[in-house]
This record gives sequence, C-alpha cells and structure tokens, in this order.
Amino acid sequence: MAQVKNRLNPFFENITFDREDNELILNFGPQHPSAHGQLRLMLHLQQEQIVKAHPDIGYLHRGMEKMAENMIYNEFMPTTDRMDYIASSSNNYGFALAVEKLIDVEVPRRAKVIRMMLLEINRLMSHLFWLATTALDIGAMTVFLFAFREREYLMDIIEGYCGARLTHSAIRIGGVPLDIQDSFIAQLRVFLDKLPQNIKDYEDLLDKNRIWLMRMEEVGVISTDMALSWGCTGPMLRASGVKWDIRKEEPYELYDEVEFNVPWSDKGDNFARYRIYMEEMRESAKILYQTIDMYQECVENNQTELMAHAPKYVSAPKLDIMTQNYSLMQHFVLVTQGMRPPVGEVYIATESPKGELGYYINSQGGPYPYRLKVRAPSFWHTGILTDLLPGYYIPDVVSIIGTTNIVFGEVDR
Amino acid sequence: MRAYTPKDDVQKKSYYTDRFFVSPQVPKFPVENDEVFTKDLEAIKAKFEVSEAYIQVEQMVVFIQPEDNYKVLELMKNELEYTQLSELSAIDWLAKENKFEVFYQMLSMNKRKRIRVKMFIDKDQAVNSVEKLFRSADWSEREMFDMFGIEANAHPFMKRILMPYDWQGFPLLKTYPLQGDEFAAWYEVDKIYGKEARDIIGPELRDTAKVDRYDSQRFARLGHEVPKGTKITGNEPKNEQSYQEEGGVFLIKKLNKKDSVVIDDPQR
Repeated sequence: MAQVKNRLNPFFENITFDREDNELILNFGPQHPSAHGQLRLMLHLQQEQIVKAHPDIGYLHRGMEKMAENMIYNEFMPTTDRMDYIASSSNNYGFALAVEKLIDVEVPRRAKVIRMMLLEINRLMSHLFWLATTALDIGAMTVFLFAFREREYLMDIIEGYCGARLTHSAIRIGGVPLDIQDSFIAQLRVFLDKLPQNIKDYEDLLDKNRIWLMRMEEVGVISTDMALSWGCTGPMLRASGVKWDIRKEEPYELYDEVEFNVPWSDKGDNFARYRIYMEEMRESAKILYQTIDMYQECVENNQTELMAHAPKYVSAPKLDIMTQNYSLMQHFVLVTQGMRPPVGEVYIATESPKGELGYYINSQGGPYPYRLKVRAPSFWHTGILTDLLPGYYIPDVVSIIGTTNIVFGEVDR
Repeated sequence: MRAYTPKDDVQKKSYYTDRFFVSPQVPKFPVENDEVFTKDLEAIKAKFEVSEAYIQVEQMVVFIQPEDNYKVLELMKNELEYTQLSELSAIDWLAKENKFEVFYQMLSMNKRKRIRVKMFIDKDQAVNSVEKLFRSADWSEREMFDMFGIEANAHPFMKRILMPYDWQGFPLLKTYPLQGDEFAAWYEVDKIYGKEARDIIGPELRDTAKVDRYDSQRFARLGHEVPKGTKITGNEPKNEQSYQEEGGVFLIKKLNKKDSVVIDDPQR
C-alpha cells in the first residue's frame, strides 16, 4: 500500500489552478466555533449550495483504545471521562456495565439507584448544553445564558457528590464509591421543581421564533432508511421515525422499574430533533423524581451496600480494608496487579445522551483487556454529514452540526 | 513519521502471573437455548458455512467464512431484520496465529436481538466492503484500515480517518511501539535543513509543555529577552517586536510560471 511520505507543502506560487467549473471548495474548521470541537469540513460549493461534503476528523485522537489495552480495568475509568466530556458519567457507566457483565457481578440496589440519578443528571446536563450551544450558534443568546444557568446548578450538585464538575469518574466497576451527600436530594428537588418552568421559558423563546423555525424546519432531513443505514442512534434516530430507546427496549439498571415515555417523531428534520431533546429533558426529570423515591426506600429498608461483593474483582469496603487483613491483601492485589476477568468477550450498549454508547471488551484472562472497542454514537453522527449536507446551504451547515449533537472527544477517542 | 520495523508483541505485560492460575471462562451457551437465534442461525446455515456459533452474554456469536461476509450481512439485513450495523472492527491475533479477527456487531430492532458475526482473515488479506449495505461501514472500515491496515475491497474512499494521512504504521497492532522513538527529535530538522545542520539547529523541542524550572529570570522578560546563558545586567535594550516584514507583506502580484519551480520529488 503506497503512502505519501511526509514532506513540506509546496509554496503556493508553485500551484496553478486549472479548474474550469465555478465550484468553490470551502474549508470549514477545525477551529470554527460552531464546529463543536475539532471538526473539519471540506465543502464543495456551487454558489452557496453544498454539492459535496467531506468531514475530516482525528484532530482530537488520543488513542484511547490503545491506552485501554495497556491499563488495568480500573485505571481506564478516568480515561472514559474524556470521551463524551459533556456527560462523562454515562461513559463511566457504559464501561463499568460492560466489565460487570464480563465478570458477572450484581450491583447492590442502592448503588443502582445512585447510578441512575447520576445518569439522568448527566443526560439533563448534556441536553441543556446542547440547547445552549445550538441556540447560540443560531443566534439565540438568551437561551444560551438560561440553559447554562441551569446546567451550572446541576454541575454544583455533581461537584458536591464527587468533587468534579466535568470529568466525574463517579462510577466504579461494581457500584459507586460513595453515598450521595445529605444535601443532594434537597438540591435536586429544588432543581427539578423549577425545571418545567425553565423548559417552558426556553420554549417560549424558541418554539414560535420565526428565525429559529426558518433555520430548523425542513432543514437537515434524515430519512428512516438513511438513519438506520448510517448507524444513527439516540435522538438522531428517534427524530427519524424509529422509536428505539435502549433504556426501554433492553433495560439495564432499574430502568424497567421507572415510568417514562420515549419521545419520537417522523419528521427527521432539525426541528424534530430539537423537540425530542426538550421532551427528553421532561422525561429525565420524571425518572429523577422516581429515583428519589427509590433511594428513600433503600434508606428505609436499610440497604447500605454500595459496592458489589466479589472479592476476586472488586475491593472490599474501606472499613474492611482498614480492619481486616485479608481484605487489605485483596485490595493490594487489585490495585497493583488489577483484576483478571474471565476469558471471553462482551458487547454492551447503553443509551448515552448522544445515542448508543457501546463497549466491546475482549478479555484473555489478563489484567489488561486484549481489545477494547468503544462504539461512540457521535462517530456516525459525524459521518452522516457526508450524505446529509449536500443540497443545503452554508448557514444550514451550522444548524445541522448543532442538532447532530456531536462531541469530538467521543468522535476521535 | 519514520517507518517502524515491527518487533513482536510490545504491549504492556503483567508483572506477575501465577503459574498455576487457570483463567475462568465467560460461559457460552448453545444457540438452541434461544428460539429467535435458532431460527436466525438456521437461515444463515442454509446458505453459508458456519464454523461455530454460541450465545455469550445474551448475544449470539457466529463465525463465518471471510469471503461470505457481504452476502451473510445482506441476508441478515434483508431477510432476518438485522437493520443496523452497530460496530465493526478487528482484533489482532498476529503474534499467536498470524490472523486478524474481524467482527460485525448487528442489531435487530424488531426482534430486540444482537448478533456478532465474526471471521478470521490472514495477515495481508482484504475483506469485502459492506459499505453498500450499511453506510455506517464507510467510516468503520476506514477506521479499521487506519488502525490495523486491513483494507476493504470496493470501498469508495479507503484512506486513513483518525491518524494523519501520511502516518506510517498501524497503531492498534500489538507490534506498534508504546514509546516514542528517539530519532523523532531530529526528524523535522533533517528534513528541512539536512543532517549536516544538526549541530547548528539542535534537536527539536518535542515536549511543548516543558518549562525550564530553574530559569527564574527570563520567563517574564517580555520585550527584553536575552539569549539563554547571558548574564542579566538590567540594562538590556528593548527588542521591538515587528509583526510585518520590511516594506509590507510579501505578495505575488504576477505569477511568472517560467521561473517558478514545481517540486514533485517527495524525497528531495
């Protein structure tokens, strides 16, 4: 396979352009503020209409799959934060769940409830962030300020729980490290009680806004076939007429015990996706109210365990480590050598705010995964731009990239 | 990027392994345990050779022959309702049996089932592209090529996707080095100035975050910089920073094609 050797780019006076057509090639990004990270698009334009789009990625590639092959399982957890850094707990969770399926441990109920709370808070954070940035791209500055205000409140709650605002690492393989703080539920309730009014405020600003509608309606239409073929998941797929939510269809954690609806639409355009994000925020709030009740049931039933009991794979609680010799020895081995999951492989998909976040792990019985593949939803949501953008105009590019909700930590990994 | 001569598996090794430790297995169940999977497997087996099939962690794993991959996926998409290709990638078994394992992770939304179709290919063997069936394979196959060097036949744009276009080597191979190479600091210098200028230019500073922590004098002398090692007297003249060339910006007003040189030798 012939590869072009690296060389200095020739000076521009050496190049002559002999093209006869009036097609213009526009380079969009990788530093464009509405490229949501490091997306580079090469757009072929006829006047202002796009005839060909070529997304170029890799500007944030850190080789996480390679890193994973050289780390013990617990070591990889903070790295997963850096993928979808807008909702990092959902990455932690996807990885933890995949490893838990591999080693076959059952997570205690209280930890499950806390995990669900974290996941839904992350979903809200992600959707608020999406709304803020997309609205800002389109020019609705007020919505940006409103949505960031609410997101800040959620980040404060998370900060109270794990000490970090963006890269949480709040979920461990086998459970959660800590119980929620005393103020957690009270703070969450304050937020959730305000949320319907907040969402209504955003909608009042956007739903009948003429500019918003012009930029959103009938723009970036993805047909059902196209969405399926391109591997779209999450809101991108639900906006295109497929009612598929992994939380509902293949329930993990306690999602089969909570009641919530799956909003979907058959329009497939930007506006449908916008509506789905708004409705999903309402559904997340509904789930969070139910998890609060579930948590209080756990407290009443005196279910205090937060980590699974599996001495081969998961360290004992801190109290045991400090008081019992055998637990300390186990902990030492698990920290220095790492757990050794059984030989086998697993692919586990979870519904992250962006779509289907899947982890494929192939274990050969060693302390390092033999192969770890992350199926990040944004990767294909970026790829679809190749087929989606042609036919639309330059300003539509910004709104389409906005509603695909891509995060480059996840695309490039 | 320098060409790298592959060594054997250079991945991180566990520093301690008990000689008598036998690793347990993630249980594999026969396909007959699940009705839906049994029917799917029968449909595949009717037309194609299946070397092994089992259920592991609630998903069916089917091993097929590499030349059948397009047709198997076509059958699964059109007749068995596996409408989405979630993921596609490879595993490097070169050190053990000189093979790659390629897997296709399929999802059926109607049946709520997932199947992993797998196949083994030889080291320099290409796979058939399934991009015509699933557009998502366009990018995944490019990623597989980028990371393992496995090419897909009939792919519309078989180029690197994550790594730079002129990169050499395939990062997810087990032979790929984990350390940077010691000649990297001279690479750009040799390329631009030639080897003989090494003494004058010095090695390239590869660590952009590096701070000379013993330099407590010069780091904030903005506009009054002195060369390293100079004794600071306090009377240094101010260096005027100029952001434009003398006489304005250099600009070609009229291109003289005859006098210009086109450089097309990559090894110049």
